[in-house]
Amino acid sequence: MNRGISYTSAFMTLLKRDLQIAVRHRGDIFNPLLFFIIVVTLFPLGIGPEPNILTRVAPGIIWVAALLASMLSLERLFKADFSDGSLEQMLLSPQPLPILVLAKVLAHWILTGVPLILVSPLLAVLLHLESSSYVALMATLALGTPVLSLLGAIGVALTVGLRKGGVLLTLLILPLYIPVLIFATSAIDAAGMNLPYDGQLAIIGAMLVGSLIMAPFAIGASLRVSTN
Amino acid sequence: MTQTTSTQPLVSANNLTCIREERVLFDELSFDIHPGDIVQIEGPNGAGKTSLLRILAGLSRPYSGDTSYLGKSVHRCRDEFNEDLLYLGHLAGVKSELTAEENLNFNLRISGYDDHNTTDILAKVNLSGFEEALAGHLSAGQHRRTALARLWHTNCKIWILDEPFTAIDKKGVEELERLFIEHANNGGCVIMTTHQDMSLITEPRLTKIKLEYQFV
Repeated sequence: MNRGISYTSAFMTLLKRDLQIAVRHRGDIFNPLLFFIIVVTLFPLGIGPEPNILTRVAPGIIWVAALLASMLSLERLFKADFSDGSLEQMLLSPQPLPILVLAKVLAHWILTGVPLILVSPLLAVLLHLESSSYVALMATLALGTPVLSLLGAIGVALTVGLRKGGVLLTLLILPLYIPVLIFATSAIDAAGMNLPYDGQLAIIGAMLVGSLIMAPFAIGASLRVSTN
Repeated sequence: MTQTTSTQPLVSANNLTCIREERVLFDELSFDIHPGDIVQIEGPNGAGKTSLLRILAGLSRPYSGDTSYLGKSVHRCRDEFNEDLLYLGHLAGVKSELTAEENLNFNLRISGYDDHNTTDILAKVNLSGFEEALAGHLSAGQHRRTALARLWHTNCKIWILDEPFTAIDKKGVEELERLFIEHANNGGCVIMTTHQDMSLITEPRLTKIKLEYQFV
């Protein structure tokens, strides 16, 4: 009996399984995306179609909607595994827990973050965003949404054992999301005025690297605490 | 436990105390489990059987006391301990969105095995022909068997099983008992809870740990 499975292949096994489950359970992919699209399309109806107002608020609207969509989808990250016992098996696996949780977070981001990035240029057109900010919008979303997934996963891991953890989860992680929101919208604003925005991007990139390194350990530790 | 073997205990509990909802479930509980032991934890509902198993598996922390693996504290050697531990809780860890085969394959790979033949293993738990069936469409017993299939492909010494016989038919229980005996004879140990009577594993072979329901 061979037990020499590598870290990479343990990571890929879990990633593949999570994607497979999501494909058979399509609502998981479409709900956050649908929420994102609905929120953004309601704004022009609510505040009127004047292009200059919409252009001004577009970065904020898109990012706030992305943030809420990401938060809405978070709760499912560990809930199903917790309630059917697979989470216990992961905690007891001889594979390092941070690698396993990183695979779960990556799967979550592929399912909820990537669709937002892909659909965002369409919504930007709807909100009359300056064409010069399209690249900035997609770049901030590409760098920012993984941060949202990683930080959010810490909160989910802490609240997974609670029956009604939703409100607590929001209170825990919303403050952590705010820096990403500030720098992302400021980058898009700067791009709209044809100013350089690589400084803001660099800071979001730094947040991504930092959370990529540290969040898996925090998520693992939180899961051990909340399954106690 | 009662068997006087000179070998080092595989798992030992040292002065475990567990408190849940301000109720003492067990107090200063100590025992050793040696290779070859089959241990049944007995007690009425709410006596703390599952809590004890979760503490032994390292999923929960006791209020005081600790557990050791081959004489070393489990906290110090969690990786080695996890490599030697097979835990099946009363939640099966089977995804209803995946087929029986995918479930088994995932459970084995996550435990580190990569050379298994899932069709053969599923045949051993009488799930031939159900490889492609979604676990959510299987009966309760077949669902349970999907989880139990891992027992047929493992080199873990320590088996901690919470109610392994739930929803399993008589013949299946007998097969499991035979597997437990074979595992114990090969130097493993089985720690489990069950409310069912076993026909093959009986008194001299089986050690019992009784937990009383405490009202304090």
